[in-house]
Amino acid sequence: MPVPAVKESGPARARPLWVVGGLVVLALAMVAGLLGGAADISPWQVVLEAADWLPFVDVDSGLAPVEQGLLLQLRLPRVLVAAVVGGLLAIAGAGYQGVFRNPLADPYLLGAASGAGLTVTMVIVFVPGDVQTVSVPVAAFAGAVGGVLLAYALGNTAGRAGGTATLVLAGVAVTSFLTAIQTFVQQLKVEELQRIYSWILGDVGGGWDQLWMVGPYALCSAVLLLLHGRMLDVLSVGDDEATSLGVRAARIRLVVLLGASLATAAAVAVSGLIAFVGIVVPHVVRRLAGGSYRVVLPLSLLGGAAFLVMADLLARVVIAPAELPIGVVTAFVGAPFFVVVLRMTRRASM
Amino acid sequence: MRPVRTAFTGAMLGLLALTGCGQSSGTGTASVAPAPVPSSAPAAAGFPVTVEAGNGPVTIAKKPERIVSLSPTATETLFAIGAGPQVVAVDDQSNHPAEAPKTDLSGFKPNVEAIVAQKPDLVVVANDADKIVTELGKLNVPVLLEPAATKLEEAYDEIADLGAATGNKPKADEIAAGVKASLEKLAAEAPKDKKLTYYHELDVTPYAATSSTFIGQIYGLFGLVNIADKAPDAAGGYPKLSAEFVAQADPDLIFLADVKCCAQNSAALAKRPGWKDLSAIKNGQVVELDDDVASRWGPRVVDLATSVGQAVQKAAAR
Repeated sequence: MPVPAVKESGPARARPLWVVGGLVVLALAMVAGLLGGAADISPWQVVLEAADWLPFVDVDSGLAPVEQGLLLQLRLPRVLVAAVVGGLLAIAGAGYQGVFRNPLADPYLLGAASGAGLTVTMVIVFVPGDVQTVSVPVAAFAGAVGGVLLAYALGNTAGRAGGTATLVLAGVAVTSFLTAIQTFVQQLKVEELQRIYSWILGDVGGGWDQLWMVGPYALCSAVLLLLHGRMLDVLSVGDDEATSLGVRAARIRLVVLLGASLATAAAVAVSGLIAFVGIVVPHVVRRLAGGSYRVVLPLSLLGGAAFLVMADLLARVVIAPAELPIGVVTAFVGAPFFVVVLRMTRRASM
Repeated sequence: MRPVRTAFTGAMLGLLALTGCGQSSGTGTASVAPAPVPSSAPAAAGFPVTVEAGNGPVTIAKKPERIVSLSPTATETLFAIGAGPQVVAVDDQSNHPAEAPKTDLSGFKPNVEAIVAQKPDLVVVANDADKIVTELGKLNVPVLLEPAATKLEEAYDEIADLGAATGNKPKADEIAAGVKASLEKLAAEAPKDKKLTYYHELDVTPYAATSSTFIGQIYGLFGLVNIADKAPDAAGGYPKLSAEFVAQADPDLIFLADVKCCAQNSAALAKRPGWKDLSAIKNGQVVELDDDVASRWGPRVVDLATSVGQAVQKAAAR
């Protein structure tokens, strides 16, 4: 079935249309995310309350202060955090797949997840509870960046500069090593297992604080990646060809890796280790809109955002008023969805 | 260790297929005590004795003098019923009473060699972690599995079991009856007509406990209505509640069992997104429980019920 990738010019030209489509899907997902939830508030009241948030608009939704606070302080930031995290993970996944020219690459390939897992476990185990709301995201961010740097350093010393195979293997080694330490640390205090797993399974309910915390990194990394779509297209024909076209493959790879790793670290910092989004969304996008990174990157951003908003909505309503961990939903719903897309679109990609 | 949390962690582990943990009594290998040998040492009155524990009938040949407890609840009970002097080692989570001989033994990852090194003639555990019951059985060390109680009756039974097994039956029966009488008295005094609602928080995620759990049944004695009961059974007795649901349900009383672990209190709750207008916070009806007491099922359950009773009186008086 693998057919050599054909560089299609069509999708790249059709790009604005796809992006508009992606925006519409995301907007619909966010509206749905805002309307649904465990608290019993009618959609109409949510709409009125949302209108009241707009500047110069003053509408009385008839909601109690607690319910107003609930929408503004819990549901709205939750939808936004889900969108930002989903978008970051998906665009980071697309970036990694482009750099490594490997369909199995995902945002956690280079040790970001295991690095963050280790530092967060250490914080939960060793730091007293009252400072954890701040220290957990900071530790996750530092751990994710640290894990990637370690893998990168290891890959560069072990292999030829700029080679991707050694880098992937270094990522595997770093992941195993850091996971081993993480497991050891969590054994030291078994009673914290529940909190560690809660974090690992992911959560986007951090509120506005988390959104502001992740915002700057999200913006920088997304812009950086979006600017490199064209370069990734050139890289996809091979290093030698790229060089002959005047592109310095190693440098492009480094920049894209930096952007993707920053995006991953930011996402992990606020939401834990949400699986599946980073690997599946770019593939779905490719199937639907073609393989050019000028299309794949922006659409992954939008599609990942919409996907995670919907996954979070499901996590919130399926067994309401209890919640499912979002990581369970992304994999449980995402995997069959992915298979369906694969079967429906037997188009070659990657 | 804090058994509510423990039970949950066990479930979590099972879920993740990391290990077969939990309180299964169906191992089929009740630890076999050494047959009562007609030894020269005169057996204390009442021995040998057979106790029906979580791991089946366990026969104890003579009065144990070297008890190892890997269960914080059992440790509390043993000391309460006067078996304290017979206890030689307790696990790293047994922090009450202070005179309990705390060691670095773990009830979660029990190390058979370390346990046997204490030369125990009775081991009490709350979880059959790593098949510890079978392992110790192979070495002819009698083990009592006294799992987390799911009903008050089970808690009374466990006190009585430990009394019988350690030769302190009269005192144990007296304690069990005392606990029962205290709870009934507290419950009788509680104003139940107001149908006050409550939320019992296990951790900041937030995981809660429903009425079907052991702790939930204690609140039930006071006629309180649990907001977590709206969660479907699929969520288990300890559902991860939606923060917005808690906000909208706006319970009259909030009981925190994550005070020691996670530094939670009324002020911390008010800082959570969307929770600052909760009436329990405004009205000073946030009760900081002792995490340990709230997650064990020994005699100190009376302390817990007393805190709950006071909070209910205060809330009803408003």
